[in-house]
Amino acid sequence: VLRINPAQPQWPERDRFILSKGHCAAALYSMLAACGFFSPDRLAHFVADLSPLNGHPNRRKIPGVETNTGPLGHGLPVAVGCATAAQITHKEWRTFVVLGDGELQEGSNWEAAMCAAHRGLGSLTAVVDRNRLQQGASTAETNELEPLADKWRAFGWDVLMVNGHSHAELIQALTMLHPERPRVVIANTIKGKGASFMENGVEWHHKVPSDAQYEAALKELDQ
Amino acid sequence: MSKVENSSPSTFDCRQAFVEELIALAREDSRIVAVCNDSVGSSNLLAFKKEFPDRLINVGIAEQNMVGVAAGLANGGLLPFVCAASPFLTGRALEQIKADVAYSNFPVALCGMSPGMAYGELGPTHHSIEDLAWIRAIGSLPVIVPADPIETRSAMRWFVASGSPAFIRVSRYKVPAVMPEGQAFELGKSITLRDGNDVTLMAIGTMVSRALEAAEQLAAQGLSARVINASSVKPLDADAVLRAARETGAIVTVEEAIIYGGLGGAVAELVVQHHPVPMRIMGVPDFAPTGSTTFLFKHFGLTAEGIAQQARSLLNARKEH
Repeated sequence: VLRINPAQPQWPERDRFILSKGHCAAALYSMLAACGFFSPDRLAHFVADLSPLNGHPNRRKIPGVETNTGPLGHGLPVAVGCATAAQITHKEWRTFVVLGDGELQEGSNWEAAMCAAHRGLGSLTAVVDRNRLQQGASTAETNELEPLADKWRAFGWDVLMVNGHSHAELIQALTMLHPERPRVVIANTIKGKGASFMENGVEWHHKVPSDAQYEAALKELDQ
Repeated sequence: MSKVENSSPSTFDCRQAFVEELIALAREDSRIVAVCNDSVGSSNLLAFKKEFPDRLINVGIAEQNMVGVAAGLANGGLLPFVCAASPFLTGRALEQIKADVAYSNFPVALCGMSPGMAYGELGPTHHSIEDLAWIRAIGSLPVIVPADPIETRSAMRWFVASGSPAFIRVSRYKVPAVMPEGQAFELGKSITLRDGNDVTLMAIGTMVSRALEAAEQLAAQGLSARVINASSVKPLDADAVLRAARETGAIVTVEEAIIYGGLGGAVAELVVQHHPVPMRIMGVPDFAPTGSTTFLFKHFGLTAEGIAQQARSLLNARKEH
């Protein structure tokens, strides 16, 4: 979906992709390496001492990272800025931002949501990773987000609900634009999908598998 | 807001200089945009809005979004000047300043308008005496406090040329001109406005003209005071500070800010490690009471007389040792 050029990470006309849930940096790094932004060999140095592959992404160290995230509630305002830059300079690039669902408890998201709709930022697409779990417990137990789609609609966004594990549904949601309204794709997901012992386990929010667990997970994913 | 009494006959408006320069810069450079939080009036942006309606992004009363949006605009190739009352820009959006602007290293000018005790009567929620300490603690983010309209303009030009993020504190009320016309701002450099051997008065912003006046008063009493405009609070001009310590042996710092972690703290950190000399740190010791800016300046001794008195007291204390 993204129009990017790994050989020229700062290509001014590129689409912007922002990972607001910066704690998923490992997934971003793997994807950037697979796209050719840097050598996959470097992935072995993830969170090593002095590694540029920090636990949260750093644009000053890693090509393809658009802005430094980690503290929650930062990605959407920056994405609104990127989309506003395109709007006022009459450029064609699109801006995508992936938000955690627990992260939506941060008020800054709703400041940005209001602003995006007010400015009619049709080039902006947010994807909410709706796995229903945050660090300590479910979002429902912690601070209920529902009715989530209605909240976004009330803020003036075009809302789509998809199965976040379906490439076909995601691609359709990410490519068919609304001309004037920012789009939010609420992607229903299962945390740890594909590794049965990880699925929906809140303890896997931030945990490194043992060698045996790693092998078991890979085996299940291969099936 | 209140007018501030000054003994100088002619005073000049930094906010007026700010908007004139912003418009001049925007005419030259299509990357310049302004971002504000419902502060078109208080940041004096009406004239900018009139000429560049599409290049003024008013996000409403939402400072966290304001600073995040500015980072995104910079990501998109623009040069944003964020113009908002300093207490809310720095306090409300501190983490956005840290992560989105400074750590991400986007060229965003964070312009703290109406800082210090400019909103005297509105009370401590609207005073911005903490901003220097807060911003000074963030990475290598520059902290710039222009002393007059000439320096306000030159600091803005420095930002556009530098491509670096920066915090620029813009005085609300009129001050006497202290900088030579055409003087370029240089990050990490101070300007010695008056030479002297007995004591050094280091001041920033609204306090520079008062330090100059204090030096006049001290001269009449036979004391020779050096006056330094330390507008680049961070990075500080270490050479000038240590030269002042060596050559005058006593330093008084003066700022319209809390006495913790601002100019006084920065000078003390340097001096105590490299050339300890007696110091006085002048500023505000706690939340300030409600009152006009003129009253509050007098209340905290932030006047030419107050500065001269502190300098004399410091020199007397030194003699007794």
